[in-house]
Amino acid sequence: MEFLAPTTWADALAVRQEHPDALALTGGTDVMVEINFDMRRPPALLDLTGVRELSDWSRDGDVVRLGAGVTYTRVIEELGDVLPGLAMAARTVGSPQIRNRGTVGGNLGAASPAGDSHPPLLAGGAEVELASVEGTRTVPIEEFYTGVKQHAGRPDELISAILVRSPSGPQQFSKIGTRNAMVISVSAFGLALHPDEQRIGTGIGSAAPTPRRAVEAESFLSSALDDLGLWESRGALPDSLTREFGDRVKAAASPIDDVRGTAAYRLHSLAVMARRTLTWAWADYAGGIT
Amino acid sequence: MRVTTTVNGEPYDVDDVWEGESLLYMLRERMGLPGSKNACEQGECGSCTVYVDGLPACACLVAAGQAQGHEIITVEGLTIDDELHPVQQAFIEAGAVQCGFCTPGLIVQTHDLLQRDPHPDDAEIREALAGNLCRCTGYEKILDAVRLAAERLDTVSGAQP
Repeated sequence: MEFLAPTTWADALAVRQEHPDALALTGGTDVMVEINFDMRRPPALLDLTGVRELSDWSRDGDVVRLGAGVTYTRVIEELGDVLPGLAMAARTVGSPQIRNRGTVGGNLGAASPAGDSHPPLLAGGAEVELASVEGTRTVPIEEFYTGVKQHAGRPDELISAILVRSPSGPQQFSKIGTRNAMVISVSAFGLALHPDEQRIGTGIGSAAPTPRRAVEAESFLSSALDDLGLWESRGALPDSLTREFGDRVKAAASPIDDVRGTAAYRLHSLAVMARRTLTWAWADYAGGIT
Repeated sequence: MRVTTTVNGEPYDVDDVWEGESLLYMLRERMGLPGSKNACEQGECGSCTVYVDGLPACACLVAAGQAQGHEIITVEGLTIDDELHPVQQAFIEAGAVQCGFCTPGLIVQTHDLLQRDPHPDDAEIREALAGNLCRCTGYEKILDAVRLAAERLDTVSGAQP
């Protein structure tokens, strides 16, 4: 095994080009587990923690550019107001020790259906920035996940950043696990209200081969809110509407039975989380909190 | 490969490190620092908690090569002039050490907590220690120890955790 540790982004991309089979490493919270347990022996590790450019975030107009190497602890401490849904999800990741090392970029690279970053990024309409020596491109987040632990990045590419629009409305995140800390989610759900576009964003975690949006539930709710004039009035949501939204989110999932939970429980919990997160987010919206 | 790093304030060159090995393995098996304990090897138990550049991390999930050029502090580095640190002393006095296996990780994590927040409430203590598992002593005694350490550090004016 080789240990490749570039210290600049240009070097990292050059190394990536030379070693397309190297496994990128940031916080190690997934990669090192696989190595410790002899489940994976990549020919090389490409350590990106020395690349300073990856650990920055910045704002350009209403778009936040989150470097792939920004840790969960920093998302919580620095971006709670800027990316509220992602920060809520970050607070549920592992333990303080894990959040000090784990990164959103690493979560995307692992592309596990259970990754906690995915639901809020899907709900928020994020884009993933991929780079190689050839150049940089962005991929809409819902096209990024291509299969179980598979993503749209090419072997010569690295994830450089996540681009997320500043929210125009409240965001929520909910996750089911057996305790409050150190859990991989049984199921998870992210919700974003986009009042500027009169649109709802959703993200389902741990309940399909990949993280995914509940597209039909989004358009159902967006039109219903429109028909009832609720975007403008900010009036109370009818119970029938929140329940119908929950049922449609459930219908968008295709979970399996596994050690963490049954498919039936995942479906049930998703409907409940969708209803609850909508209720919470709408209460904020009705109260003028964005 | 060779890893050049600083551990508990001392510079080290460690040779023959395997590229896939963890910082925990390097500390315990190559550097004679067995204070950090090896249990779950997947970041679940916290018994290998060390500081990496001032932030607590599970040493089992840090690649040894990632310590290159960085500052590591282990539980061995918390003693002051060969005296136990007040956090360590509090764990003994509160009866928060039974088999002792989880203790080094809890000590480092408590040390960090009290450095950031000298007066944590119980919810904050529980949150800070959420990634440190104990299977025999019991968390009540551990919470007692953290409260005692907080008191001690508070009364020793100017004492730095």
